[in-house]
Amino acid sequence: MGWRVAANGEKRMSQGQVGAEQRLVTPGMAVGPSTGKRAGSGIIAAEDTFVATQLGWLRERNNTVSVDPINAAYMPRSGDLVVGIVAEVRNNLWFMNINGSFQGLLPMSLAPWKVEFGAARQHMDVGDVVLARVQEVDECHNVVLTMKGVGLRRLNQGAVESIPVQHIDRVRGENNSLLQRMRDAFDCRIMVGENGRVWIDGSSEGTSGARSALHRLVREGHTTAFETILSEMENKTKGDA
Amino acid sequence: MGGYGDVQLLNDDGSRLDGRKVDEMRPVSIEAGVLPAADGSAMVTHGLNVAVAAVYGPMEAHPRKIQRQDRAVIDVRYNMAPFSTSDRIRPGFNRRSREISKVTAEALESVVLVERYPRSKIRVEIEILAAEAGTRCAGITAAAVALADAGIPMRDMIVGVASGKIEDTVVLDLDKAEDNYGQADLPVGILPNTGEIAFLQMDGDLSPAEYELAMEYNFKAAREIHDIMVDALQRRYEGGEA
Repeated sequence: MGWRVAANGEKRMSQGQVGAEQRLVTPGMAVGPSTGKRAGSGIIAAEDTFVATQLGWLRERNNTVSVDPINAAYMPRSGDLVVGIVAEVRNNLWFMNINGSFQGLLPMSLAPWKVEFGAARQHMDVGDVVLARVQEVDECHNVVLTMKGVGLRRLNQGAVESIPVQHIDRVRGENNSLLQRMRDAFDCRIMVGENGRVWIDGSSEGTSGARSALHRLVREGHTTAFETILSEMENKTKGDA
Repeated sequence: MGGYGDVQLLNDDGSRLDGRKVDEMRPVSIEAGVLPAADGSAMVTHGLNVAVAAVYGPMEAHPRKIQRQDRAVIDVRYNMAPFSTSDRIRPGFNRRSREISKVTAEALESVVLVERYPRSKIRVEIEILAAEAGTRCAGITAAAVALADAGIPMRDMIVGVASGKIEDTVVLDLDKAEDNYGQADLPVGILPNTGEIAFLQMDGDLSPAEYELAMEYNFKAAREIHDIMVDALQRRYEGGEA
């Protein structure tokens, strides 16, 4: 059985306790009796036993047992802030790649501009990157996006990086503390979409540094806390200066 | 299958031609996450068999006619590389690979929680790089580890394993000579934690008693392989400590 110790910045992963031991579970593994507890995500109850359904770290919080998956696909939820890339344009709507199983649909009525029928391409074309919010998801995974809202816009500059969705909370940290630290360290504007896309805008050095930090997170995120990665990169930046 | 009376497959001391006991399987090793481009992947070495599986998705199912409104479909493509056997295999699909793709997909659909992803498709590619009897079992085992590596929710990790009969003796995990010249072959897909069988095929004849013994061997081997599968995933995500 595998165990690891949660590091700083991973409170959510360790029952709210820094330094708590975590257990790696695989699909089908019995993780304990179900009596008096609730099954959270990644857990099913088989008779009187909880069984893990995903590969990940076992978590028990507020009497709910769940699995923090090591790998997972992005499942859109209403209200999610996402970084989308225009995949198709029709006369009156755009289809967006939002890094999920299905494309998101942005109708011209939910765009921030007044769009004439047939003129959608004049506002956004294939390949354009936008900051949007998930308006609605139905049971068949039809996703409707909106760009009406504060800060939602077409992203005309900067770079987009992808990170696994299960690492998003690690990048943000408690109350976005790590994200703010990363912004300060690299002097960049950084926005993390719920769909695992990160928009970075700043000087070329700052953008490059932020991207390197995210690349390290993708490679080492399942064993190393993002705070550790960030501290090392901050020290390296100071050393170079 | 059906036996060749003049081919000796057991030594005088009851051991098999490669020195294994009747209930001993070939060495198995598994590595998870071998393909960076895939959402999940695994390589299984089972004796001289080498199977690589890659999982992509869940993604929107195309063409739309294959979509199911209430669940995901699992699209399996099993393929043997042209260089996987001593005689070159003509590249591309054939009747055998279609059959194995189909039974593998049905076996995996019974363990994956497909109802979580309506209208979606989960693509599983199984490539056999080296073949020496038992490739469908090695492919299923590789696919199970790759699905787990991709974070696809499953009730259990399915294990592919086979037993058979040679010289009227039930043996575990047939090698090439035993498969070619033996009397029966019984590949199964086992869920070790629940004890369920997700797929079963039989080539040749087994008496009820022989079948029981073969299944006993299969379950024992499935538990051993399952431990190796878990170990492979733990090694990948725990930096070597398992």
